[in-house]
Amino acid sequence: MLLDFFFRIRDAGIPVSVKEYLTLLDALRLRVANETVDDFYFLSRSTFVKNEALYDRFDRAFGDYFNGLESLPDDFLKNIPEEWLKKQLELSLSEEEKKLIETLGGWEKLMETFRQRLEEQEKRHQGGSKWIGTAGKSPFGAYGYNPEGIRIGQAGSRNRRAVKVWDKREYRNLDDNVELGTRNIKVALKRLRKFAREGAADELDLDGTIRATANNGGYLDLKMVPERRNAIKVLIFFDIGGSMDDYVRSCEELFSAARTEFKHLEYFYFHNFIYESVWRDNRRRNNERIPLGQILHKYAADYKVIVVGDATMSPYEITYPGGSVEHFNEEAGSVWLKRLLDVYPKAAWINPTPEARWKYHESISLTRELFDDRMYGLTLSGLGKAMKQLAK
Amino acid sequence: MADRFSGTKDYVAGEDLMMAVNAAIALQRPLLIKGEPGTGKTMLALEVAGALGRPLYQWHIKSTSKAQQGLYEYDAVSRLRDSQLGEESVKDIKNYIMKGPLWEAFQSEEPAVVLIDEIDKADIEFPNDLLRELDRMEFFVYETKELISARHRPVIIITSNNEKDLPDAFLRRCFFHYIQFPDKETMNQIVDVHFPGIKKQLLQQALEVFFDLRETPGLKKKPSTSELLDWLKILLAEDVPIEALQTNDQRKSIPPLAGALLKNEQDVHLFERLVFLNRRSERT
Ligand SMILES: Nc1ncnc2c1ncn2[C@@H]1O[C@H](COP(=O)(O)OP(=O)(O)OP(=O)(O)O)[C@@H](O)[C@H]1O
Ligand SMILES: [Mg+2]
Repeated sequence: MLLDFFFRIRDAGIPVSVKEYLTLLDALRLRVANETVDDFYFLSRSTFVKNEALYDRFDRAFGDYFNGLESLPDDFLKNIPEEWLKKQLELSLSEEEKKLIETLGGWEKLMETFRQRLEEQEKRHQGGSKWIGTAGKSPFGAYGYNPEGIRIGQAGSRNRRAVKVWDKREYRNLDDNVELGTRNIKVALKRLRKFAREGAADELDLDGTIRATANNGGYLDLKMVPERRNAIKVLIFFDIGGSMDDYVRSCEELFSAARTEFKHLEYFYFHNFIYESVWRDNRRRNNERIPLGQILHKYAADYKVIVVGDATMSPYEITYPGGSVEHFNEEAGSVWLKRLLDVYPKAAWINPTPEARWKYHESISLTRELFDDRMYGLTLSGLGKAMKQLAK
Repeated sequence: MADRFSGTKDYVAGEDLMMAVNAAIALQRPLLIKGEPGTGKTMLALEVAGALGRPLYQWHIKSTSKAQQGLYEYDAVSRLRDSQLGEESVKDIKNYIMKGPLWEAFQSEEPAVVLIDEIDKADIEFPNDLLRELDRMEFFVYETKELISARHRPVIIITSNNEKDLPDAFLRRCFFHYIQFPDKETMNQIVDVHFPGIKKQLLQQALEVFFDLRETPGLKKKPSTSELLDWLKILLAEDVPIEALQTNDQRKSIPPLAGALLKNEQDVHLFERLVFLNRRSERT
């Protein structure tokens, strides 16, 4: 039944509210859709799903639901849709036909027959059409009723599709956990916002002007204020170690999205782990190093720190002095990381390695611990979580 | 329902899109449309208005747009200025109230269609500021103490390029549809609408090239429907022979007039490099 369907969609992780459920009822009442599964699919999707990233999830839930219905195919009809069906029938029947129905035993009987047919048909084509195919098979056909008028089910004239839309799952690659694009990243980064007025005064301050003009004895005294801008400040550290090569593109995308989103963004590179110095230009990394201590001094504690790296290395590179593969580090990487986190309480580690593989790398577990578990995947949902956490 | 949208002779709409539009019309709720650039989001509103024979009011959103501007703006600065100059008009505040597209639509004698184009361009709070107006279809003009309520609830079509998350409260009030990039069959229909007489073979070949090009890995901007249409227009104007489009192997030559399809310089370079590599590997 419809309510059941609603809960199934919710259980699938699609955030539908009662408001939308009522909207769907209204739409059914107003007969926006025909009573085919296809039409019902389109209508319920446009009512329930507000984000194409969830289309695939919806498709799966929808397919599941209507498959699971095989054993009780009339259930859905028994409740609200029966009403709906009845109305449809009523509308398409002539007076004469209605009388015929009466002689058949009335609506109740008719629905009963209808349901029986439905079940029989179910048995006949296993896994095939879930609803009644009309032409020729309609229980009403024998009485001169035009079955095309009801158009129930897959065999209806409008539904020539061999595969149901939701089974095709065309939206597969739009789910939350797949590759990012710059635009998607921007969406995720936008969660990290705090507006403030700063910079050049280029907007008219209406209230201020009125006040000033009044004070000025009625002579115009225009006042300006700066525009509101995102005032979030971010330090971002990118790992450019060899194992990161696979993720260059997603990191680039993340970087360019961050560049446009955050007005106050400072970025640095490191190799595998953060030690006493980082750099800003990979071509000159050997002679233009920036001591980490300098960064800790220069940027205030209200900066948020984002580290992007796969944290995949030998654990020694984190825990031992001299563990770095590139140079001799007098203090362990973990010491430097702690210093960084002491200054900047708001921090997140973004890891492009697929989350399922994290547990196989000791270095990832170590880093995660150092970061108080604030490690997130470089996926849309991962970034979303990271930004939410940073925004707290 | 008398008011049903089923595409137009100039606009190809899938069943799913029609359903979303018709639900929005019947329930008088806003319809939010998302999709890649050039998938006909903006055009949809124009076509719906045309098909239903309703007046259209357009509101194109910019990063500085404020929700209030859709209702009305009070030009206090002009009024202040005029007051300094002792203008007569200063006495009536109405002279300084400028109606926005929603006000115009609410006032319309016939039911109207409103396009709120690219809502995601505005500040993240923008949609929230419109909730009441979209729900109740009324608003209050404080300056004149007037309540403006819609004579007929307009059909409101809102487009978004997905640059921002839209607030949940806003989304709950809308129907939603994501326009999928057209598949070959749909694209055929769209082209047909624009170039009714186009030769089947030429179109077939051109679409082949187009969809192939879209598959090029690493493109910064994939060519969209508008680019395809532009390209076809030039192909037809230049009378490019169909043979020029026929390459048995993909990406071994640059299609004629490719500049209409790839507008980004980096993409052109990328593509040229690919063609070069493919040719070279062929020789060895
Ligand atoms: N379904 C369609 N039927 C006919 N023409 C179409 C269709 N879709 C796109 N077009 C053509 O593509 C052009 C671009 O469409 P439109 O400007 O509406 O796209 P858009 O989705 O609003 O893009 P943007 O996101 O860039 O604003 C239209 O002017 C039209 O010529
Ligand atoms: Mg547009």
